[in-house]
Amino acid sequence: MIQRIRTIAFHTFKESVREKVLYNLIVFALLLIGSAVLFASISLGIGRLMLVNLGLSSIAIFGLLMAIFIGIGLVSKEIDRRTIHNILSKPVRRFEFIIGKYLGLMLTLLVNTSIMTGGFYMALYYVERRLGGEDLLPLEAIYFILLQFAIVVGLALLFSCISTPILSAFFTFCLYVIGNFLGDIRWLGQESGSRIFEKVTVLLYYVLPNFSDFQVISQSAHGISVPPFLLTSGTLYALLYVTILISAAILVFEKREF
Amino acid sequence: MLAIETVDLTKDYRVGFWRKRPRRVLDRLSLEVEVGEVFGLLGPNGAGKTTTLKILLGLVFPTAGTARLLERDARDISAHRNVGYLPENPSFYDHLTAQEFMTYAASLFGLSDKARPRQVGRLLEQVGLAESKNLPLRKFSKGMIQRLGIAQALINDPAVIFLDEPMSGLDPVGRREIRNLILRLKENGKTIFFSTHILSDAETLCDRVAILDHGRLRGCGELREILEVGVFSTEIVLEKPSRDAVVALGPFTSSIVRTGDRVRLELRAESDLNNEVLAQVVRWNAKLISLNPVRMSLEDYFMERVGEDDTSLSRKSAKVRTESPKSE
Repeated sequence: MIQRIRTIAFHTFKESVREKVLYNLIVFALLLIGSAVLFASISLGIGRLMLVNLGLSSIAIFGLLMAIFIGIGLVSKEIDRRTIHNILSKPVRRFEFIIGKYLGLMLTLLVNTSIMTGGFYMALYYVERRLGGEDLLPLEAIYFILLQFAIVVGLALLFSCISTPILSAFFTFCLYVIGNFLGDIRWLGQESGSRIFEKVTVLLYYVLPNFSDFQVISQSAHGISVPPFLLTSGTLYALLYVTILISAAILVFEKREF
Repeated sequence: MLAIETVDLTKDYRVGFWRKRPRRVLDRLSLEVEVGEVFGLLGPNGAGKTTTLKILLGLVFPTAGTARLLERDARDISAHRNVGYLPENPSFYDHLTAQEFMTYAASLFGLSDKARPRQVGRLLEQVGLAESKNLPLRKFSKGMIQRLGIAQALINDPAVIFLDEPMSGLDPVGRREIRNLILRLKENGKTIFFSTHILSDAETLCDRVAILDHGRLRGCGELREILEVGVFSTEIVLEKPSRDAVVALGPFTSSIVRTGDRVRLELRAESDLNNEVLAQVVRWNAKLISLNPVRMSLEDYFMERVGEDDTSLSRKSAKVRTESPKSE
């Protein structure tokens, strides 16, 4: 089982890294990180803040685009091209296929994020002419960005099993945006005075993926470390949410006919 | 031992947008295929051939009935270890080379690191793709993809091989190669189950055939039995026969076709090849080129079985048409 999941994951990674769109996104991300150097040099006193903010945001945005654009095609492309017939006629269980696909794209994102992180630290070194202990703080933010990617890929994979690529991209993006404002939505419910509206917002808060707690870029830019509790709870939340998403994707996929 | 067995296999698809209604594409299909047989599933487009194959491979789930592979339930994934499958109009990953794709297929079957390159190389050589092994698949022609599809279907040295329209997209040389490959596989004791609508392929390769139409089994049997059900008539070809000779033979024939200098006469079924016919040929000094008994071909059998149903269907629809004004 492990060997088949590994084979599918490695194949998905190989397929993803040969996508031209991936290279375009990496180049854009690196250009944006590079341009942050320019902004940093003209921002008196807040050069580092500017660079960390822009650099980490670039990693988050371009990584998110990769996660969505590649994630939505993970299963639907195999169905459209009928390559799925070839895989599932072999001794491959459907859940192995889904898990392999998920891990393959996560591996791709991990490698790409590492490349973008390398670019970010080169820019940081160029501006500061040295790298110190406080420069490790952005790594916490990058870890949280990766946790977000893990959930986004799970969402894209689930939608990829039940819908078309365009709708999958739309739903995943909408949930990502809503997920970033869940804290505000809940607050709005509490302030509204309507019990029904409050209950609905509480329900949304717990059911939809909550990305608002993963936003620590600004903290990192200001040199504030993420509390260990948030690090643990964020990791557990992402693990739990990904498990639910992958299980749902497997349930849908098990019933599909090709 | 049975390699493939289906009992009352039925498949309904739900069609329609708002009010989905079931549409039966496979109707109580019962088949048995022995180990080592080459079995052909014949039928026109939409007969249910691919659906049958997909159920046997676990890609589609039956509405009713059972499907078994090597005496295991077709949905049992362990049965797939001994199965190879070539889909109809196969499509593989554009970004991979033939070698990479075959290695991927081999890995899914759990072939060892040592066995993988050997098996991949041997099969690519066998289907004539050894020289193109490092070419991306997007540069492959349809015929090359078909050959690769056959190679990947054999990667695990399967006991049962499913081929969905295996000759599609191949040129005459490629078709002959694949025909020889299938015969070699049969010699090695493999069970081959293939669907086709090219009857000459089935005629050349199959031990037994089943004919499907509108999801129903119209006939199943050994080719020898089907093709030797008796002599229909006798065909005589004469060269440059005189007009009088043709006129004299006229009462014995059901058809006379002239092609250039030659005349092809088909004797009536009841008039058998008797001395009187031969006497007329000798009497009018006609040059006898050939004399052949006409047996039923697989095409005749196919048309007879499928045609029967079409006629009954058209009769049924005619009945509905005539009856409907009454009901109104």
